[in-house]
Amino acid sequence: MGRQLTGPIANTSVFDLRLSRRGQRLNRLCAALCSPQERDAFKRDEEAFMSRFGLTEAEKALIRRRDFQGLIDAGMNIYAMLKIGSATGNGLYRMGAQMRGESYEQFLATRNISGAV
Amino acid sequence: MARVVGGVGLSHVPSIGPVVDRGRTQDPAWKPLFDAYVPVREWLAQLKPDVAIVVYNDHVADFSFDKYPTFALGVAEHYSIGDEGFGTRPLPGVAGDAELSTHLAETLIYEHEFDLTLCQELAVEHGFLVPMNLCFPHAQNGWPVRAIPLQVNVVQHPLPTAHRCYRLGQALRAAVSSYPVDLKVVVLGTGGMSHQLQGRRFGYMNEKFDQWFLDQLERDPEALAGISHQKIMEDAGAEAVELIMWLTMRGALSPRARRIHRHYYAPMTTGMGLITFAD
Repeated sequence: MGRQLTGPIANTSVFDLRLSRRGQRLNRLCAALCSPQERDAFKRDEEAFMSRFGLTEAEKALIRRRDFQGLIDAGMNIYAMLKIGSATGNGLYRMGAQMRGESYEQFLATRNISGAV
Repeated sequence: MARVVGGVGLSHVPSIGPVVDRGRTQDPAWKPLFDAYVPVREWLAQLKPDVAIVVYNDHVADFSFDKYPTFALGVAEHYSIGDEGFGTRPLPGVAGDAELSTHLAETLIYEHEFDLTLCQELAVEHGFLVPMNLCFPHAQNGWPVRAIPLQVNVVQHPLPTAHRCYRLGQALRAAVSSYPVDLKVVVLGTGGMSHQLQGRRFGYMNEKFDQWFLDQLERDPEALAGISHQKIMEDAGAEAVELIMWLTMRGALSPRARRIHRHYYAPMTTGMGLITFAD
């Protein structure tokens, strides 16, 4: 079949093994949020939670800033990010609007049927 | 003998879950989608499948990147409802068919050399549950079909090729056909269609690509199986690569399978496709 990935795609991140390895700490933190107790622990003390997963200072800063594109670039998988989005009141469309450099309202205005949320 | 009697290709968009749970299926923004499933549910009710094999991907709910299988088959009597970070949906657990799963595992591994990861315990999430919701009405204590999850890595590259997914479907058909129990099986291929959920291209959709994919899936799946991940991701968005799972469904059907239903609706960020085949 030959290579499946042949070059970069504009404005797109491809979650491959290299990126996954870079994001291992971040993705482990997010995976833990699949438990209600862990979600409570995260909401109670984000700093302690981040330290528990051994995040670097740069990774912690991305979470503090809710910098979603920065987190993707640091190796956080989008489906892992949905969990931290949910825990911080940032649903998919809010995260997406930020990644596009738009407000939530601006983003909704680009949709075919923006009531389907 | 068991036989594959039908297949469904359909999207598994997570926002559909809460719409079902909160009874919002008739909201104007959602009605076109759910209306499209009315005839599909009638068709399935007449077909009365005993088992649904659901080809889906987990979204970091019960699988994590610490260990991530390329293909994983459920071999349990029961699958629980997973918490993927938003709470556990109020749905009944899903009855499996461990005997059929065991036969599939033995046949796929020994005869077809698909070396699957086998899961005695598996919690299912939206990738599996949204297609179940769309196709089958559940009661308080269960579902009208037994189900077997077949999880595919469509998230962490390197992914299996589209061609490999198609061949897996063909092997699945042969494995079902050699099971010496009179069972009717449907195969659900889930995910996609066009969507991208990260980067500046967040929200990208391509209806032209999606309609072409549906055409090809019906007319020439063998040729479609030659598509590369790069091509899908460039034309339809990075997360559209989930579509390779539809080829497993198509591979499990006869090349001459007849298309019954087809629908497309793209309200927000995902081209939600639907196609059914009778075998």
